[in-house]
Order: sequence, then C-alpha cells, then structure tokens
Amino acid sequence: MTSVRRTLDALWRIEGARIVATLARVTGDVDLAEDLAQEAVADALIQWEASGIPDNPGAWLTAVAKRTAIDGWRRRARLDDRYRTMARDLETDAAGGEAITVDVWQPISDDVLRLVFIACHPVVGREAQVALTLRVVGGLSTEEIARMFLLPVATIQQRIVRAKKTLGAAHVPFDVPDPAEWPARLSGVLGVIYLIFTEGYAATSGEKWMRPDLANEALRLGRILSAQLPREPEVHGLLALMEFQASRFAARTTADGTPILLADQDRARWDRSQIARGTAALARVDGFGRGRGPYALQAAIAQCHALAPDVETTDWHRIVLLYEALGRIAPNPIVDLNRAVAVSMATGPASALLIVDRLASDGALRGSHLLPSIRGELLSRLGRIEEARAELSTAASLAANSRQRDVLLAKAAGL
Amino acid sequence: MKYMLIMRSTDEATAAFKAIPFGEVIEQMGAYNEALLNAGVMLAGDGLADSMTDNFVVEFTTETPIVTDGPYGETHELFSGFWIIETATKEEAIQWASRCPLVPGSKLEVRRVTDMSDFAEFADSDILKKEAAWRAEHEKA
Repeated sequence: MTSVRRTLDALWRIEGARIVATLARVTGDVDLAEDLAQEAVADALIQWEASGIPDNPGAWLTAVAKRTAIDGWRRRARLDDRYRTMARDLETDAAGGEAITVDVWQPISDDVLRLVFIACHPVVGREAQVALTLRVVGGLSTEEIARMFLLPVATIQQRIVRAKKTLGAAHVPFDVPDPAEWPARLSGVLGVIYLIFTEGYAATSGEKWMRPDLANEALRLGRILSAQLPREPEVHGLLALMEFQASRFAARTTADGTPILLADQDRARWDRSQIARGTAALARVDGFGRGRGPYALQAAIAQCHALAPDVETTDWHRIVLLYEALGRIAPNPIVDLNRAVAVSMATGPASALLIVDRLASDGALRGSHLLPSIRGELLSRLGRIEEARAELSTAASLAANSRQRDVLLAKAAGL
Repeated sequence: MKYMLIMRSTDEATAAFKAIPFGEVIEQMGAYNEALLNAGVMLAGDGLADSMTDNFVVEFTTETPIVTDGPYGETHELFSGFWIIETATKEEAIQWASRCPLVPGSKLEVRRVTDMSDFAEFADSDILKKEAAWRAEHEKA
C-alpha cells in the first residue's frame, strides 16, 4: 500500500462521514453522495501520487466531490430545471476555498447525525444497517467490513447496495426522526452499535472468539453518538457498557486465543483507564436524574464486575437486583439466564436451577448453547454429574464458535 | 492504538502565542477538542499550568531525591499540555496531530501509549499484579 493510499484511508476515517453527509444533504441521496465521494477519493489517489498531498486534504475531497456533482447536474440541467436549481445551490455552497477550509473545521455537523439515522433506518434489515453504518458513518471499506465479519466481500457489497436501493425506493428523507418516532429510532441506532460491539466481543462464528477491531469501531461510533447527543442518557449508558466490557479484552483469552471465563480471568489485566471512562459515562447517565435505561442497567452490572477484586467478593446480591430491574423494563430470556447465574452466586445453585428450568420449559432459548451450558454448570455444582455432562455436551454441539465449543467440551470431560 | 500527543513550546511559539488574543486561542483549541470528541477518538487531554509556584521537579541524582521549583531550563523542553487519542492506524494519528491549531514554532511529540500486549512476557510479574490491584482500589475510592 502506498503512503498516499494509507493517508487517504486515514483521512476517510476522519472526514468520510462528514463528506458523505454534506453531499447527501444537498443531493438528498445517500447512494449518490457516497458514489461522488468515492469518485473524489479515486481522483485523489491519482492526483496526490503525482503532485503530493494538498495542505487541506479533507477540503480538497469535498470540493472535488461537489465539483463532480455540479458537472453531472450541468449535463442533466439542460433537460431538467430541478437539476439546474440543485447545481446552483451546490455551486454557492462550494464557492471559494476559504469557505471550504472553515467548513472542515466545523465540528461534526447535524448532517452526520442524519446519516446515522438513515443508515439505521427501519426499512433496511438489521444486517444491512450494520454494514451501512460501518461503511458510511464509520468510513470502513467494504473489504474491511467483510474481513471483520468473516464474510465474502460480495456479500457485504450486496447488503450495502440493496440497502441503498431500499432507502431510495422508500424515499427516506435525509433527516433526523420526528419527536414521535425519536425514542424508537434512537433505540434502533443504539441496537446497531451494540450489535457491532457484541460481534467483536464474542464472535458468534469463526475461529477467533473476539475481534477487538470490530469492538473498537463500535466504541468509536458510541463516542461519536455521545458527542452528538449529549442529552440522551441511554447513549451514555451504551458507551459505559461497551467501555466496561472492552476493559476485559486483554484478560479474556490466553496467548493462543482460548477463551478465559470471567471467574478465571487475571483481573490485573483489565484496562483500568477504560473502566474509569465507563464509570464516568455511567455517572453522566445518573446525572440526568431520569433513572437508568436498559443499557445503563447492563453497564451498572458490568461495573459491579469491573470494581470487584475477585468472583467471591463480587456484590452478587446487587447484580441480582440490577438484573431484576432490567428484566422488568426489557424482558428477555437471556437476561433471565444471566439473573440465574447471579442468583447461583448470591444464594446458591438450587434456586438458580429453578429459574433455568422455567426458561427451558418456556422454550425461548431453544437452539442456543447458553441455556444448556449454564444448566450444566449448575447441575455440576449440585453434584448431579451425569446430567451435567450431558448438558455440557449438548451445549458444545450447539455452539457455533469453535473456541467456545472447545471450552465446553473440556469442561464436560473434566467432570 | 492509543497515542499521546505531547505539546511542547519554543521561544518562537511563546512569542507568537502572546501576539494572539487569548480568546482566539481558546476558541481554536475548543474547536479542535470538539472535533476530536465528535470523531470519537479523544480519550483524555489537559493543559499544564506554567505557574512556577505550583510546579516542581524531583531530581534523582543523589541518594535522597532533591525537590526544586521548576521546571525552568530550555523553553523547548517544556511540556505544556497533552491529549490521548485512540485511532485505528498511525496515519490517522498523524492526520489528527497535524490538525492541532498550534502557533508557529510549536512542536507536538506523539508517542504510542503502551498496553498489556507490550508487557506480555511480564504478565505474571507480582509487581504488575500489585500495581493493577492498587489501581482497582484507587478507582473505587
């Protein structure tokens, strides 16, 4: 990779979202905006190799993309009055190098926030929302996204292309949601970011259990959003949750990539500055005095672990309470399963097994390795070894991640 | 990767700095910090006071460390502020560092911040474990 290419990649991470967002505002079309921006990047690669990197490369890219848009519209303007007006607006917008320089130094504009909401728009499927967000907001290339998700480039490409077509077909306006839609749409955005994080934190498939690069992208998106929406408690709650969970990265696997469970982790390896940032974000949530939402509650649980010297001295009673609160405002079988684990630590495996058995009879977690793996754990603590071994083997056969499967098989064999 | 951007001054920079209204400096730095925050890359950052009544230097040249007022010495050695940013690549860190609104003559020294992986071979060291335990205690307080 040439140094110009590396610089361009870095620039794109910094400026890409703003450039696409600016163009999308004027053109009203995210797809076209991205094409124009990519064309400018391709031009830059050729021109900068020949004549060096300009002093203000971000402004250069925006100006070239706008110029391309204007040229395109000029050609079409002869046919259509509407294009003529747009071209004129763009031209005024792009006039004068001075104005563009100032433009670069404007903190991320509302346009980027609009872009976030567009990328996570409900007319687009969840997988496509993830790909589109990483691409247009995160500034990642299709190749990078494919590598992070261990999927073929063509698959990601297709998801992005289809998503853009869907947005166009649905005439989704380039705007932030109305107040009436706001809570649901914001929760959708947070869901996409957290999904990116969890896929990096505990990969559902593949050889590697963690993909810190993906988790770091989610953290960056979370920080961007918290800077854009400082008055939204759950944005800070999500950020706090991700900071706490990511603080354990260095301790979560052995040198060869085998997962290490929470109880066995060397807590000296947890990232203390990251825990401090999580604590600060959670304090911001509480500062609003509006209570804790689902993300903030999960963050508070993660904080209990982060601050405990070891498993024995962890405040499990508090964790049980936090899970109960979480289960009431956001009912979810996984939350109940986690509550069962906390109960087993706070009051013993027998009462926890009751919760797990109720979940098993509900059938909500059928097909997931989580329920049998926890049930196996509880049975083994109760001395019901045969049943425990059977549950752990079932769990291993259901685990999609090979590292996870190995851990479960080892556990079953060790009983 | 985390990087520390260390702001250093020179005589030229100090002179240039005095020629600009302070409000303007604050405004430009504010915009820079906001851009870092908005991009989700800034983890920490602060300026360092140049009041010699608050600052001091501890020198370890003799058996008992000597505490003196300071730092005086060459202006170009003075460390006047810092940021810690997290970026995906070195190039991205270079881009951010180059955008810092510093007056002519200033210098930014950029250093990668070490993490656990830099000390992998010492992972079992008792001292490191104790230090981490102390940090954990400290944060709870």
